[in-house]
Amino acid sequence: MAEKVLMKGNEAIAEAAIRAGCKHYFGYPITPQTEIAAYMAKRMPKIGGTFLQAESEISAINMVYGVSGSGKRVMTSSSSPGVSLKQEGISYIAGSDLPALIVNVQRGGPGLGGIQPSQSDYFQATKGGGHGDYHLIVLTPASVQEMADMTILAFDLADKYRMPAMLLADGTMGQMMEPVELPEPDDIKVYEKPWAVTGTGKKRQHNIINSLYLDPEELEKTNFERYERYKTIEENEARYESFMMDDADYCVVAFGIAARVSKNAVIAARKEGIKVGMIRPITVWPFPKKPLAEAADKVKGFLSVELSMGQMIEDIKLATECKKKVELCNRVGGMIPSPEQVLESIKKLAGGND
Amino acid sequence: MKRVNLFLGHYGSGKTNVALNYAFDLKSQGLNVSIADLDIVNPYFRTKDSQKELEQAGIELVALPFAGTNVDLPSLPAETYGLVMRNDKHVILDIGGDDRGAYALGRFTPYILEENNYDMFFVVNFYRPLTRNAEEAMEVFYEIQQAAGIKFTGIINNSNLGEETTAEDVERTIPLAQNLSEMTSLPVVMTTVSEKIFEDVDCDNKFMLKLQKKYY
Repeated sequence: MAEKVLMKGNEAIAEAAIRAGCKHYFGYPITPQTEIAAYMAKRMPKIGGTFLQAESEISAINMVYGVSGSGKRVMTSSSSPGVSLKQEGISYIAGSDLPALIVNVQRGGPGLGGIQPSQSDYFQATKGGGHGDYHLIVLTPASVQEMADMTILAFDLADKYRMPAMLLADGTMGQMMEPVELPEPDDIKVYEKPWAVTGTGKKRQHNIINSLYLDPEELEKTNFERYERYKTIEENEARYESFMMDDADYCVVAFGIAARVSKNAVIAARKEGIKVGMIRPITVWPFPKKPLAEAADKVKGFLSVELSMGQMIEDIKLATECKKKVELCNRVGGMIPSPEQVLESIKKLAGGND
Repeated sequence: MKRVNLFLGHYGSGKTNVALNYAFDLKSQGLNVSIADLDIVNPYFRTKDSQKELEQAGIELVALPFAGTNVDLPSLPAETYGLVMRNDKHVILDIGGDDRGAYALGRFTPYILEENNYDMFFVVNFYRPLTRNAEEAMEVFYEIQQAAGIKFTGIINNSNLGEETTAEDVERTIPLAQNLSEMTSLPVVMTTVSEKIFEDVDCDNKFMLKLQKKYY
């Protein structure tokens, strides 16, 4: 068993990425994710990797595009405004069917916003962000351990399905310190990448990495094929944690830091005799539609707890086909709901029916 | 007991927490204590988060008004000069992590050296990934010392795994702290232990961490 170390969430991402075989990092500093870049700057030279502080987020994501085409594991990280800048490059990477990891340690928005935590980039992460029809696999860690584990999972899923993956964290997850057990490099999966641009050795046809199609029918075909792949991912890769849902009359839905807070509220509500449980989406694309649809047949109502003006709540309504009411409990602009606020919202939701 | 007490160390080594607890300890000995937040590195989890506890204890807090807000501005409170230069109070300076954080101390260094009534502590947590042993810690030690322009006078072993820390976890790091002590010829002035496991830890110079800020 690996020994435990005490790490910040941001550091855990960086160290886990290195252990996952990522030797190429391109980024630009922005609070509250700068520790990822700082850690990479210290470690990459020691392991013969590349750390490059690009002149902008746009450069950084295009460097990711280039390295990914050569079949190497590669990543970039930023916080909300920086991730907005990366969107063009992300669309190109998705359109070229390339794996890559993009980390977003979210902060309050819109605009320059603030440096305190937020979850208001949910739409951007799950509904495109850039132009065109595409998806990212989006993972939402809720502990420093998960920051590490999901970094590795994100690389694996990206390689497996040849598409970019995003780790959608927030400032608190990035800055908080917890004990972590890091994986040994032997446990890391290696994927064959016959599509990579590595030189033909005059033994095969050229591999071409491109998102431009001169023939619209061909472009349509690649879109159709990509969405067939997305369908497989939606069937196989939706992840969630179910907490006290067995006999629940009400269901809290929350991810990341909001789920940590909500868990305390659920426990407190149970003590007051309210039968409430929680479904914590771990992937927000693919969204765990099935457990929510099943819950919709059992519970009387849902509560979406978010650090946004209500973004995930739309996916909950779609997944449950609006069979039951879905209320919102939120704080924004860098504020975090307290367990007491969530408890009050649970009581209000329960009060309407009991 | 020196008048000026400086807490420096690797990023995330627990400087703020140790400095806060040290402030409360000095106060409980009846001393007049001020604590200054000179962290220009960390945007979250600051000395200022304990403002209420400090006020209640009667400890003066010098921190930027926008610490913990959205103003991500690496600047220093002007009142720090007053703390360093007037010598009627015990002063605790909580400095940001690594050499980058230590540069902030530089502008106060001449006054501190002139008065020559200071201790500068190297706070180390051997469970932090980049200071797993004495050799790695020493690398950080010298980087910080050079940036600060003042020599360390002692080592504080603040090794912990957060809330999960057991007595064995702490005891396992005692030889590492001793190694660092031998390599730097400086004493281990304290080994910090949380209140919960304080009685279970067997070592010299134990220091109890009573205040433990809990976030999420």
